[in-house]
Amino acid sequence: MPAQQLAGSRIREKRLDRGLRQAAVAETVGISSSYLNLIEHNRRRIGGKLLADIARALDVDPALLSEGADAALLDEMRHAAALLGPDVEVAKAEECAGRYPGWSALIAAQSRRITALQAQVQALNDRMAHDPALAGALHEVISTVSAIRSSSSILVGPEQLDEDWQRRFHQNIHNDSLRLAESSEALISYLQAPDAQAEQAMSAFEQMESWLAQTGFHLSALEGARADVGAFVKASGLSGAPAALLKVHAAQYAKDAAALPLVAFEKACRAHNYDPGAIARETSEPMPRILRRMACLPPQNDHPPMALAVCDAAGVLTFVKPVPGFSMPRAGGACPLWPLFLALSRPGQPIRLEVVLPGVNASRALCYAMATACAPAHFDVPPAVQSIMLVVPDPEVSSGTPQPVGVACRICPRSDCTSRREPAISGVAV
Amino acid sequence: MGKRVLLIEDEPNIIEAISFILSRDGWTVHTHEDGTTAMDKVLGFPPDMIILDVMLPGRSGFDILRDLRGNELTKDVPVMMLTARGQEKDRELALRLGANHFMTKPFSNTEVRDFVRDLIGV
Repeated sequence: MPAQQLAGSRIREKRLDRGLRQAAVAETVGISSSYLNLIEHNRRRIGGKLLADIARALDVDPALLSEGADAALLDEMRHAAALLGPDVEVAKAEECAGRYPGWSALIAAQSRRITALQAQVQALNDRMAHDPALAGALHEVISTVSAIRSSSSILVGPEQLDEDWQRRFHQNIHNDSLRLAESSEALISYLQAPDAQAEQAMSAFEQMESWLAQTGFHLSALEGARADVGAFVKASGLSGAPAALLKVHAAQYAKDAAALPLVAFEKACRAHNYDPGAIARETSEPMPRILRRMACLPPQNDHPPMALAVCDAAGVLTFVKPVPGFSMPRAGGACPLWPLFLALSRPGQPIRLEVVLPGVNASRALCYAMATACAPAHFDVPPAVQSIMLVVPDPEVSSGTPQPVGVACRICPRSDCTSRREPAISGVAV
Repeated sequence: MGKRVLLIEDEPNIIEAISFILSRDGWTVHTHEDGTTAMDKVLGFPPDMIILDVMLPGRSGFDILRDLRGNELTKDVPVMMLTARGQEKDRELALRLGANHFMTKPFSNTEVRDFVRDLIGV
């Protein structure tokens, strides 16, 4: 739905927020109630003086009615409100973003920073508790200090010590002091390792996705028959768990690219107007491969933006390629209404579903999802199932009855959702 | 001959210091540095009490303590755990497994000596 048409929805929401009757606002701006009703239901275009008059009557910025606030900024402001709790006027977030975009951006930025710092604290906490290298280094320091303390106590004690023992304990203290100097330096070097803390703040999945985002998720080195996955991962500069995940991703990417060569695939996408079903029929390739390939088209070749999400049978997100207008939180649990999760209950069944996010901006997206086994089946072994979802924001054609979805329950304003798992900060109960 | 204390610890200078303190206090001190063969040492040298480090090569002090308490010959031998890990959950685990005392490094010599005296009942 074009932004201009949504201005009516915004007017309606602001009027209801302020408890004003339609007739009262209509009279104030000099139009009939029925005409205002048509505007509010997006059946009449509005702009110019009438929009300014209605904005004045509702005491809002006209730009807020005509353009709305940036959806991503609003999401971030609601996340920020979730950190503080129920005292924040969540319902005023859009108005705040419209009237004070600079301050709102600051709130969003501070919220992002707090979230990042919390993740960093958690990572450091985990590191202190579970990192075997750090535990070993601390153990070495404390053990050496214990030996020094014990030996020196014997030397300064009231009891007489013969010369041999004195020499022996002096030598022990000297040796331990050298050891302590070494182990302390090693510990400090370990704690001061550059970038380690920042990397620890992100999960291995996020580190891999962050690296892939720099390429636009299109890996030109893996296109063609001579793709060398090992060399590709080595050249990435990643190590440890993120490198291991990248290796799995790259191997899958190379297989997909070999099965669906880029030039022909781009041609098929354009010919079928990016309809995965039609492309699958033409290429006879499995649907998950088509969806993965579509999400990794070269961004510079003028394809529409497409997001991708993959989860395992527990609903844990194992891959997210974001695009503006599509966000899916890793922490705290995503909205269970997304087709990605719906597909888990219907393995092997491709699902096409238009969804709409809450709020006056009401972003729509067309989702293609399918859950399939991701490993060969064996007797007496539970199948490994994976669900994949391609998200096309703002589809040209609307089904007219999109499925309402949210980002996460904590910031979702929907009051009639039977899938809600926890109250929203705006006060919407379970 | 004084009562027998077995010190299971892998830090050579701590072994030397504790051995010295307890020997001077009249105990017969034997030492052992490896976690894997610690039970063999205990059974071959039945001690009157054991000082047991938690982090040992091969096997943790907690595992050894579990075996000590499950063995008819050693289930009643007093055990003092000695560790650089001073976290409360480690202390709780040690006591739950049947340790008589839990001491964190760095320790004081007097404290070690006094607890050995207490645990052997002198």
